[in-house]
Amino acid sequence: MSTNKTVSRPNAGLSANTTTAAPHTTGSRSPQGAGPARVKITSRPADRVFFGLSIGSAGLIIVILAAVALFLIIQAVPAITANWRTNANLSQGPTSGYADFWAYVGPLMWGTLWASAIALVIGAPIAIGIALFISHYAPRRVAGVLGYLIDLLAAVPSIVFGLWGIIVIRPLLLPLSAWLNHNLGWIPIFGGTASTTGSTILAGAVVLAVMILPIISSISREIFLQTPRLNEEAALALGATKWEMITLAVLPYARSGVVSATLLGLGRALGETMAIALIISPSIQVSWRILTEGENSQTIAANIALNFQVADGLQRQALIGTGLMLFVISLGVNMIARVIVVRTGPQATRKPKRKRVEPAASAATPASTAGVGRVDVSISDHHEGAQS
Amino acid sequence: MTVTLGSRSPRPHNPITNTLTTGQLPRFVEFYVLAGALVVMGGALLLIGFSWGGWIFLSIVLYLIALGALSTIAENRRKATDRIVRSLVSIAFLLAIAPLISTLFTVAAKGIGQLNWAFISQAGGAAFNPDTLAVTITSGALQAIVGTLIITGTAALMSIPIGILTAVYLVEYARPTEWMARSVTFLVDVMTGIPSIVAGLFAFSLFTLIVGPKAFSGFSAAVALSVLMIPIVVRSCEEMLRLVPHDLREASFALGVSRFSTIIKIVLPTAIAGIITGVMLAIARVIGETAPIFMAASFTDNFNANPFSGPMQTLPVLAYTGYKFPGQDIAASNASAWGAALLLVLIVVILNIIARIVARAFAPKGTR
Repeated sequence: MSTNKTVSRPNAGLSANTTTAAPHTTGSRSPQGAGPARVKITSRPADRVFFGLSIGSAGLIIVILAAVALFLIIQAVPAITANWRTNANLSQGPTSGYADFWAYVGPLMWGTLWASAIALVIGAPIAIGIALFISHYAPRRVAGVLGYLIDLLAAVPSIVFGLWGIIVIRPLLLPLSAWLNHNLGWIPIFGGTASTTGSTILAGAVVLAVMILPIISSISREIFLQTPRLNEEAALALGATKWEMITLAVLPYARSGVVSATLLGLGRALGETMAIALIISPSIQVSWRILTEGENSQTIAANIALNFQVADGLQRQALIGTGLMLFVISLGVNMIARVIVVRTGPQATRKPKRKRVEPAASAATPASTAGVGRVDVSISDHHEGAQS
Repeated sequence: MTVTLGSRSPRPHNPITNTLTTGQLPRFVEFYVLAGALVVMGGALLLIGFSWGGWIFLSIVLYLIALGALSTIAENRRKATDRIVRSLVSIAFLLAIAPLISTLFTVAAKGIGQLNWAFISQAGGAAFNPDTLAVTITSGALQAIVGTLIITGTAALMSIPIGILTAVYLVEYARPTEWMARSVTFLVDVMTGIPSIVAGLFAFSLFTLIVGPKAFSGFSAAVALSVLMIPIVVRSCEEMLRLVPHDLREASFALGVSRFSTIIKIVLPTAIAGIITGVMLAIARVIGETAPIFMAASFTDNFNANPFSGPMQTLPVLAYTGYKFPGQDIAASNASAWGAALLLVLIVVILNIIARIVARAFAPKGTR
């Protein structure tokens, strides 16, 4: 860093000595940091204690995540390996009537994925539309406020959305579901006997869609805003309309980011509990139908919430086992999303083009630093992993 | 479209048209078309049976078709596509604002009648009078408010130091290529995706193994919330610490100040506003979590302020159980559920506003 020609910070070149001691390149324990011109930083006991504390906290995060998996496995294994037919405890209560653990968790996994998929189909296009609206269509002066309004949607507790779904969404969807059932009933997903109370998987999925809106739209928005200005202006200069500019410059640039934002939204939808538990009147089965009363597939999370307090012994451990499956599914979805961000994110593919952006233009917001800090390798390298 | 280029009499009030500006629809054409569509559809629906949802939905469909046709005729197909997409995107935004307003309005309308001093200041529950055999149900949320504050406070006490120290490690000590830094960054990302109910199950499993089958306690719920809160704190603090200019650190090192003192006296004070904002938002995020608390602390009508023993009631769980497992007086249970929901929303909104004010007041000076 001391010899970096592109250093742009006004007094970074003050002296060669200070820059060698820049925090990112040389930790006090870093093996490579020692150079001939290095200033000896005074190292006191407080220094070492603080370093120990902070690296200990970082290590604790690894420990916590491992512990989550470990304790779930410890609790779940007895129920997974038990014989569900002969076990006195498992053959009654919420777990009665299943051959083994997989017969119990299979339909639940289906229900979880099915409800999330419906929510994603409803929510993702709207969320991406919102992100485009705020980043490219809304007047710049109000765009910040509008973005804040959408973020407020993320702050509303899920239980409140659940209650709202019960008294607003259920009756609201009744005419629509009656119409769909009557006219499009020959399509399997709209088939069956239409619900009269509205406690359908469709109502639950609509509420889920509202909950994942802010996640997908805020991440997509950040990425849309990072589109290189020059690409957009070039498209406009060639006579493209705004939409053509977006399809030519913005969407190709943001595609992988939007995909991973959608996956993160899916991750949220998979684990959402209360809205589903409150709204849907469930049954544990594999069912396509979304408008019926008794044929709504149950989700893992809602099933745990509804049965956990009445279950005991092995039944409870069986529920923990289904929770372990949920953990595995959502971990997988999240990991895929993160890997997509890191591998193919804007920063990873567009390295050379970022040089033209002025570093001083945007030290204020996290969004802008993510794309800009090419001058300082250590900043931007961190940010490649840090898209949220 | 009259061509006035060759016209001899200059008409200053009518700007000269050229090929770039001819063939354009008037400026607010979207609004005219929308108004027209609303009127036409309103009239049509009045004849065959009116419904609000159908009216708005069909009007929007008619509006999109009419706008597309009009623009295709007067302008061209490309501009028509552009206008339709613009309308669709705006509609998407309104579609997201509608639930927000509807939710807040519903909660306010349903909960406001419940929200009074007695509801806040007395613990609810059922009292059985053996003489009259009557069950008097007092509706109150004090036990839930106290429980929420204790559980969230304990969770914050555990997660904030861990979160900030981890962020300090990631930003100030670790080099980005170090395996530890990379894996911690990745795991924090993964941790943000843990379903909240899984965190609750984890806390329950942990405490079952430690204290036995009756493991419900407020502290256990706090542990569950910490699992959810730590990654949020780490993420926001990390972003804020990275915004601290390198000049400040370098100037401090140049003066021979130790790394510890630099972090404590220079870096953290510079980023403190952002850190407080991030912490506030993290608290607002976990205070409304229902599932993990329901798993780990169960629910009760009794007043319990000891986080280390026995079930503990909280506001979100009160809202949930009031609806899902109502007491004898179903209406009263539902009402207290709405009261709890409104209290919760108020707390979350207040925390958000404080966070915004702190962020605005101490924001680092810069563009955007």
